[in-house]
Amino acid sequence: MAGLRINPSLCIGCGLCVSACPQGVLVLEHGIAVEQEGCILCGICVQTCPVQAISIEKEEILHENQQHSGIWIMAQLVGDGSLLPVSLELLGQGLRLAKERGCELSVLLAGAIDLQVQCEQLIQAGADKVYACQDASFDTGLEEPYYTWLTTMAKTHKPEVILVGATDWGRSLAPRVAARLRTGLTADCTVLNIDPETKLLHQTRPAFGGNLMATIISPNHRPQMATVRPGIFPLPAPVPEPKGVIIPCELKTRIVPLLELLQCETERSGRTLADAEILLIAGRGIGSPKNLKLLQILAEAIGADWGVSRPLVDAGWAEYQHQVGQTGSTVAPRVLLSFGVSGAIQHLAGIGRSECIVAINTDPTAPIFSAAQMGIVGDCVEIIKEWLKQIEGDSRVES
Amino acid sequence: MDPVTNTIIRDGKQSVINPYDRFALELALQIKERLGGSVVVVSMGIPATARILKEALSCGADEAVLLSDRAFAGADTLATSYTLQLGIRKMEQRLGKFDLVLCGRMAIDGDTAQIGPELAEQLGIPHITDVEELLEVSQERLVCCRLADGERQKVSAPFPVLLTVNKDINQPRLPNIKGVLWAETAPLHLWNAAEVGADLKRCGLTGSPTQVVRTHVPLREQECKVLQGSVVEQLKVLQRLLKGED
Repeated sequence: MAGLRINPSLCIGCGLCVSACPQGVLVLEHGIAVEQEGCILCGICVQTCPVQAISIEKEEILHENQQHSGIWIMAQLVGDGSLLPVSLELLGQGLRLAKERGCELSVLLAGAIDLQVQCEQLIQAGADKVYACQDASFDTGLEEPYYTWLTTMAKTHKPEVILVGATDWGRSLAPRVAARLRTGLTADCTVLNIDPETKLLHQTRPAFGGNLMATIISPNHRPQMATVRPGIFPLPAPVPEPKGVIIPCELKTRIVPLLELLQCETERSGRTLADAEILLIAGRGIGSPKNLKLLQILAEAIGADWGVSRPLVDAGWAEYQHQVGQTGSTVAPRVLLSFGVSGAIQHLAGIGRSECIVAINTDPTAPIFSAAQMGIVGDCVEIIKEWLKQIEGDSRVES
Repeated sequence: MDPVTNTIIRDGKQSVINPYDRFALELALQIKERLGGSVVVVSMGIPATARILKEALSCGADEAVLLSDRAFAGADTLATSYTLQLGIRKMEQRLGKFDLVLCGRMAIDGDTAQIGPELAEQLGIPHITDVEELLEVSQERLVCCRLADGERQKVSAPFPVLLTVNKDINQPRLPNIKGVLWAETAPLHLWNAAEVGADLKRCGLTGSPTQVVRTHVPLREQECKVLQGSVVEQLKVLQRLLKGED
C-alpha cells in the first residue's frame, strides 16, 4: 500500500512538517518526526521538509503507454454553430505542445450542422488533422453524445494528450471521458508545458483561489487529460501554408441520449464580461447604488463593460451576471480599472489574467494594489465624477 | 423514490460540510418530504469525518456511510469516485436501487468539479451539472433547469440520474433538537476497503493517475506604480492608457 516514509537518519527534527500538516498527524518524538494515524497523503510535508527526509511511496502500475501519440483538442461550438474562442486558444497551445513533443495536433469536432467552415477555420489556424463528425445525435448540444464519441475515438486512435476547454460544457464532458478511459484529469489549467526530459505534460492550475499554483502530471496513464481555462491564451495567428487534412467521421450507430433537452434560452446576449476589452469594476468603496450608477454611465460613455465584486451582488446592488471573481466571471481585459475594490483572494483569482490592472482605493494597504500594475490612492468616486464632468464638457463643445 | 446519495468534502479534524453539499442535502430532504423514500449520505474520509455525517443525519438524513481506510488516502478524483461508487453499490444491497444521486457542484478547497461526472460514469448513469432549479419531480423522472455557458437549459432525465447542484438552489435547513437526538442513534456505517470489496489498485494514491509534482506561490510580475498628482492629472494617465498610448 502507498504510504508516507520518513527517513529518521535525514530528519533534523525542525518541526516544520508538524506545523504544516493540515491533518495534524505528524508529531515530534525524540527529536524526529513521526506519523500518526490519519494521514491523507496530501504531500504538503514532503514539500515543506528542508532536508528531503519525507517521501511518499507509491505502488507503480505500469501501463502500455508507448503506443499513444498525438495531441488532441476537443472543439466546442456555440448555439449558432460557430467555434467557441477557447477551442482556437487551445489549438494555439496545442500547436506549441505538439512542436515540443514532436507529434501531430488534431482537433475533434462534432455537430449536427455542416462543419465545413469550422473545419477550414481550424486548418487555417494550423491543425494537422481535423476529425469531423456530423450527425443528428449532436443536435441538442448536451454533453452525452459528445463524450461517447470522444471516448470511442480515443480508444481507437490512442492520443497521448486530450485538452478540453474548461467551460461548463467541457468540465462536464471531460471527467466523463477520463473516468471511462480510467485516466487522470486536471481541472481548469492555466499553464501547460511538456517537460523536456520526461516528455510528460505538466499541467499547472491555481489552487486555493489562485494563491498557490499546483503542477500536476499523469505519469503512468494515457491519455493525459486537462481542461483549460478559457480566455487566458491568445488566439493563434493563421499559418501561411496550412497543410492540415479534414477526416470525416461517422457514428457507427446513432447515439440515443438518455437526457432530453426540453428548452434552451440564451441567458444573456452572447457577449459576457469575459469578452470585455476595457472593464470597470466597482467594489464596496464605491459607497452607494447611486455612485454605482455613475460608474455604469461612465462605462457606457467610454465604451467599456462594468462589473462588481461579490459584496455588491450580495447587497443586491447588481445582478450576479456582473460579479467578477472566483464565484463569478473570470475576466481578461486589456485594461481593468478597479474602483474601491479591496481585493479579496477570491476576487483576485478572477482578474489575474488582465493585461493591465489599475487599482483605485483610499487604503494604500488594500491587497488589490498587489495585483495591480498601476495604482491611485484616493477616492474612486472623485475620479468617476471628474471623468464624467470632462465627458459632459466635451459633448457640450461638440454640440 | 429510494435512497438519495450525497457526497461530502473529505478530510480534516476541523472540517465542515462542503457548503455546496449542503444545498444537495437540502434538495434531497425536500424531495423525500414530497415523494417519500430515504436519504443516505455517503462520504470518503478519515474516521473524524463521522462528525460531519452526524450533522447531515441531524438535518434529516436516514442513514450515513463513511468509507474510511488507509488504502483510500491520497486519492484524486478518479480514485475517490471509484471508492464512492463502491459505497453506493453496497448500500443498494441493503436498501434497493437508488433513483437519484446529488452532489454539490464542487468542493470549495479543490474546486475541480470532477467528482460528480466521474461518479456518474462509474455508476453507469447519466448526469447533469450546474443544476439551478428542480422544476418537476415524479416517481419516473425529473425536469431541472441548468445554467451552462450562458444558456438556461431545461433538461428532462429518467431515473437513475446524478445531479450536481449550484449554490443558492435552496435555503439549507439547520438541525433541530429532534434531529440531533435522531443522529445519536441513526445508522452510521463505517466501511473499509475490504468491506466494500475495493480493488486496491484503484483506490487512494495507488489508484490515482494524477500526481502533484510541484506547488509554488505565483510570482508578482511587476510592482504597482502609484500615480501621484491631482485627480485631473491621474485621470489623464488613465485616459491615455485606455487609448493604448502608454
